[in-house]
Amino acid sequence: MTKQFLLDGQPVPFEDGQTILEAARKAGHYIPSLCWHQDFPPHGSCKLCIVKAAGRHVSACATPAKEGWEVESNTPEMNGERRGLLQMLFVEGNHFCPSCEKSGNCELQALGYEYEMLTPRFRHFFPERPVDASHPDMLLDFNRCIFCELCVRASRDVDGKSVFALTGRGIHKHLTVNAESGRLADTDFSKDDLAARICPVGVILPKGRGFTVPIGERTFDTETIRSRTLKEEKS
Amino acid sequence: MSFELETATNRESLRRVAIDPVSRVEGHGKVTLLLDNAGHVKEARLHIVEFRGFEKFIQGRPYWEVPVMVQRLCGICPVSHHLAASKALDPVVGATQITPTAEKVRRLMHYGQILQSHALHFFHLSSPDLLFGFESPVHQRNIVGVAAAYPHVAKEGVLLRKFGQEVIRVTAGKRVHGTGAIPGGVNKSVSAADRDLLRKDADQVVSWSRDAVHLARRLHESNSPLYDEFGLFRSHLFSLVRADGAMDLYDGHLRLRDARGQIVRDNMPCTDYEQHIVEEVKPWSYMKFPFIRELGPAKGWYKVGPLARVQNCDFIPSPLAEAERQDFIARGDGEPIHAPLAYHWARMIEMLHAAEVVRDLLDDPDLLSDDRLTSGPKGREGVGIIEAPRGTLIHHYRVGEDDLISYCNLIVSTTHNNQAMNEAVRQVARRYLDGRQLTEGLLNHIEVAIRAFDPCLSCATHALGKMPLAVELVDEHGQLVDRAVSGG
Repeated sequence: MTKQFLLDGQPVPFEDGQTILEAARKAGHYIPSLCWHQDFPPHGSCKLCIVKAAGRHVSACATPAKEGWEVESNTPEMNGERRGLLQMLFVEGNHFCPSCEKSGNCELQALGYEYEMLTPRFRHFFPERPVDASHPDMLLDFNRCIFCELCVRASRDVDGKSVFALTGRGIHKHLTVNAESGRLADTDFSKDDLAARICPVGVILPKGRGFTVPIGERTFDTETIRSRTLKEEKS
Repeated sequence: MSFELETATNRESLRRVAIDPVSRVEGHGKVTLLLDNAGHVKEARLHIVEFRGFEKFIQGRPYWEVPVMVQRLCGICPVSHHLAASKALDPVVGATQITPTAEKVRRLMHYGQILQSHALHFFHLSSPDLLFGFESPVHQRNIVGVAAAYPHVAKEGVLLRKFGQEVIRVTAGKRVHGTGAIPGGVNKSVSAADRDLLRKDADQVVSWSRDAVHLARRLHESNSPLYDEFGLFRSHLFSLVRADGAMDLYDGHLRLRDARGQIVRDNMPCTDYEQHIVEEVKPWSYMKFPFIRELGPAKGWYKVGPLARVQNCDFIPSPLAEAERQDFIARGDGEPIHAPLAYHWARMIEMLHAAEVVRDLLDDPDLLSDDRLTSGPKGREGVGIIEAPRGTLIHHYRVGEDDLISYCNLIVSTTHNNQAMNEAVRQVARRYLDGRQLTEGLLNHIEVAIRAFDPCLSCATHALGKMPLAVELVDEHGQLVDRAVSGG
């Protein structure tokens, strides 16, 4: 007999080893995430997949499903917490959507819309994060980094290059390039690397592309991140 | 250098009146008047009080981001900045000649912009002064008052602007702050469905625009002593014109006429603008004062915008607007018209031209083609000049080997008109305010003169701001005597 837990009162079947997030999405229930990727182990840093399971707050991406659990996800309380997390992410970096070429294709922005982040809430940090344009094909705009480490993991575990790393602690944490000069041009990074196309926000960008995709044809112009994520899960 | 009434000699002993901010203009500015005890005007200045710093913070950003970023200078004419930046950056991607589709889509976007901006200015911002009078009750002197007293005028104004905004949406993806133009071309063509949507209303828009020209003309001719003399001063006229002398608001070469109408500089390539234009800084305003280098600051200042363009070109290449231009020129009786209030009539002639251009472009099959982008050997520098609704707009960039902007210079339309607006303010202050007890209606005369130029002060300081009007009367000891607040 299949095991199951209750997600917002709906039964969700799962197999041993599956996390709450994996089982929920497979069953057609959306739980948001930014740092989770199906090809990598759970990271649990963005906390957007936060749910209440058996009365405790847990990261759905990193918590194995358990038989009989009652899990709260799509509730005013949990969505309010997600909105707060998004508001924190937006002030931690320098996210100027109006002139960002990732606008319309950015998962952070799409989640801002999904969770109705309509107002600022916290004071902006305005960190100093210079752009690295040294590479002939790719641009790094550190202003938009959310520390998901997808590029770190992709470069290390798939590309075999370890081009990126997070350094510094707490408020001083930032993405760095693994070269003595700290410049992308002085690494063996290539535009064909998985790390070059895995960034969910607008940090790692191909040079010269800019706004070549018109408004109306961008990823999240025609569908929400919720419907797109669930569609990808089905395929 | 200083002009008459620009700086009084014994400033500390004079009474100060401030119009702060000036209302029903785009952006934030103020006027200060210094009066002696008898109420005689000793100094009049239009100050632009905000600093924005776009030229600086664009440096270090990737060049392909600039046309979208820099348009945030303005919420009224973002298309002008968007296109001027794209034109300037075409050579950076090696596009010395963009495709016919790209140029026509950009032109369509630009003339849509001219149409919506001119409609906004005439109907929403200026028509209350012109229809009700400069000293009419302040509660009536706004677009709501116009809608109540002249519903057809207000309706046509709103719908004309809407059409222009739709043209922008179709070409740029959004009515405000879209992304249509990119270095090397455009990111979208016009769909057949969108073209048909616009074409359905295009003839009506031309007809309403013609009505608007006739309204502006009728207002001018029915009170010609006022319209011909109010704030009058003479200056050079400066704009782009097409190679054959035709009005062209998207591209061309630079031409300067003197106050008598003689062409004194012509065929100046846009890339040479720095050889001809110098910007002077004055300590009391964030807006610079440009002048023609060869003529010096005392004689080399000029007007830009509709009044300059309509008279600087040899003809307008659309029949209805050209016929209206001929009537306008005839009124000058062989001399250029310099009256600031004639800006309104000229502006409506341009709106009619824009409506005709948009209507005709919609029949061009190139708009639908997918041949949108050009590239070639990369360049490192570019100048883009366009005739924005308010006048000549110059964008100039240099790009480093790393593709980041290393230099940016923007000279916007309103900046070109800085000295001209100050002159108009001084003329009105002399004529209407000197020696009289100041009232709100009298102070509005100053604002009427400024509004005629349709200044965009946000653009000119490269600020966000609301538009309340606060007038303060301060005595010679700096004590507040009276204060009135309206708007906003």
